[in-house]
Amino acid sequence: MEMFMEYFWAFVVGGGFCLIGQLLIDLTKLTPARILVIYVVAGVVLGGCGVYEPLVDLAGAGATVPLTGFGYALAEGVKTAVAEDGLLGALTGGFTAAAAGLTAAVVFGLVVARCFKRGDKMS
Amino acid sequence: MKMTNTEFDKLAKEKSPNTKLYLTLPKAFVIGGLICCLGQALYNLYSYLGLTELNARAAVSITLVLFSAILTGLKLYDKIAKHAGAGTLVPITGFANSVVAPALEFKTEGFILGTAAKMFIIAGPVIVYGVAASVVYGIILFIVKAMQ
Repeated sequence: MEMFMEYFWAFVVGGGFCLIGQLLIDLTKLTPARILVIYVVAGVVLGGCGVYEPLVDLAGAGATVPLTGFGYALAEGVKTAVAEDGLLGALTGGFTAAAAGLTAAVVFGLVVARCFKRGDKMS
Repeated sequence: MKMTNTEFDKLAKEKSPNTKLYLTLPKAFVIGGLICCLGQALYNLYSYLGLTELNARAAVSITLVLFSAILTGLKLYDKIAKHAGAGTLVPITGFANSVVAPALEFKTEGFILGTAAKMFIIAGPVIVYGVAASVVYGIILFIVKAMQ
């Protein structure tokens, strides 16, 4: 049952973030790029205010997988780094926390661009 | 034909196909929710394998980015995104797609100014404002701590 609830909350919260994004797409003239920027900055702000952490505790990947979770990771990284290194940490913490996702996207992007044909389709 | 802005807006609304919220919203919700459930399953797997909480989260991000990169390379991600809308945009897979798709698309313009430069066409702003916000937060934290 506990296992089920874990996935239930991941589904509902993660789906909820996407639902809000879809509302923004359909009801406003925001482009996808703007929506992603808003989500990341919102994640930093909510993470900084301490609002996001309870959501992560409740929904797990439902809160960390949406791009707000990326922002939350940035805020958490800065928090840890400032505690350890003081003001220097304000500059190092963000990229340290984001390193895994960013590097993966860059490297896999290069590999895919190298190995796949442009415009070739599976079907 | 002369018309005021409001008249033009009205006309544009009539002529453009209505977005059907009762279709787009549930699709975005369900597909986005499923991607997060996949993330949760991966997180449980990595935790089971002994990774710490932070490392498991990073590993989940890497795995989802990898899946997204492969699906983008196979041109399947766009097909799903056509239905899912924000359901495939908002999760980290959408961020990965925004990096990989232009990297592949613009490789005809070369590997420097095509692939490498265009990779950041959407990810760039996301990184710039995300990191900038985190630096502001870090400075505030530092000042608050110094005053205590």
